[in-house]
Amino acid sequence: MMLTFVTSAVTVVDVYGNDFTAPGDEPTAPSASPAGARPEEPASFVALLESEGRVEPRDEMPEGYRKTLVRQIAQHAHSEIIGMQPEGNWISRAPSLRRKAILMAKVQDEAGHGLYLYAAAETLGVDRADLLDQLHSGRQKYSSIFNYPTLTWADVGAIGWLVDGAAIVNQVPLCRCSYGPYARAMVRVCKEESFHQRQGFEILHTLSHGSDAQKAMAQDAVDRYWWPSLMMFGPPDDDSPNSAQSMAWGIKRFSNDDLRQRFIDMTVPQAEALGLTLPDTAIAWNEERGHYDHTPVDFTELFEVIRGNGPCNEQRLSHRVKAHEDGAWVREAAAAYADKQAARQSHEGAA
Amino acid sequence: MSREPLWEVFIRSRRGLSHVHAGSLHAADAEMALRNARDVYTRRQEGVSIWVVPASAILASSPEEKDAFFDPAADKVYRHPTFYEIPEGVEHL
Ligand SMILES: [Fe+2]
Ligand SMILES: [Fe+2]
Repeated sequence: MMLTFVTSAVTVVDVYGNDFTAPGDEPTAPSASPAGARPEEPASFVALLESEGRVEPRDEMPEGYRKTLVRQIAQHAHSEIIGMQPEGNWISRAPSLRRKAILMAKVQDEAGHGLYLYAAAETLGVDRADLLDQLHSGRQKYSSIFNYPTLTWADVGAIGWLVDGAAIVNQVPLCRCSYGPYARAMVRVCKEESFHQRQGFEILHTLSHGSDAQKAMAQDAVDRYWWPSLMMFGPPDDDSPNSAQSMAWGIKRFSNDDLRQRFIDMTVPQAEALGLTLPDTAIAWNEERGHYDHTPVDFTELFEVIRGNGPCNEQRLSHRVKAHEDGAWVREAAAAYADKQAARQSHEGAA
Repeated sequence: MSREPLWEVFIRSRRGLSHVHAGSLHAADAEMALRNARDVYTRRQEGVSIWVVPASAILASSPEEKDAFFDPAADKVYRHPTFYEIPEGVEHL
């Protein structure tokens, strides 16, 4: 697998708190400074990072740090709310009332995660309405994993187990992110995520111990979601131009490959417990490394999806825009009601 | 164009504890803010009481003046019990 990156011309794509790029698109990444050339950073900021302290909203910070955080947190937030769609697709068709209640609770949690993250982004001086606008107009991205369709009920299980599982591996280190509001939002998110992964595992476990057809359905879902889940961690370390800067700033704590390996090591025994196979015959325990070996991920597909050529890119975005537009009257009515109440109160106060 | 100001949310997690800042949200008015805060921040029984405060009503000390602002407390170690020397063997003091 050979990938050559043009680091000056990149579209940065965040995946559940990771921050990586597809080669050859619009230039962003204002912060990506060449390794070694540290830009001017306020002394108070440097001191905070050195003492493992947290940076808070009104502290002095380099512009690149602020911009990197805004981009990463916004795209993380977008991923949470777009991520409601693939699973939302199955709420009305969940196989039992129990599964339906669980799925609704999970999808509602993801909306909450979006809210925590938009709020964290706003502490950096941006406006949520503006960020949504950038999502809707395609100027900001969301995690590519949500551009895959949920074809069967087993996909809901595979998403909970693998996608939320990968998200957790990415998000846990972010609880120690150098930016206080982001770290605090992640603590809240991580607390809520663990049920997401377990409910997915339980769905697959039930299916894989059901009829042959149910087991086949579970296997098919895992086959389709395995590689996209591994891609969630981003390109290999050598090809990840922004990682070094994010690590230096304490935004990122572990490399893409380390996190991916951690996820694989966690997941292989779980797949065995499910009685399902992962679609990679190279997976084998490597005694010497103390890790599972695996086939390197082919990222050509990921970059196609990032460029907008995934199976559901268009559907996800147009659904999101429609939901926003359909909700306009609710926001207007709420504002009109608030105005009326305020006017009434000031009238009463004057009387 | 919607107009939804920012509210800061404070939650008392159980009786006997004070309200602690939980996060923020946008809402058209205080009542909506309170309802949304319930849905967003107490879905798992994290609270028994919620305050919402317009973010614009909060005045914060400035981090730039941090040193000067908090300096007066720095040289008053005698406000701490550890400042005082007590003879060996004296108890309940
Ligand atoms: Fe989430
Ligand atoms: Fe989740």
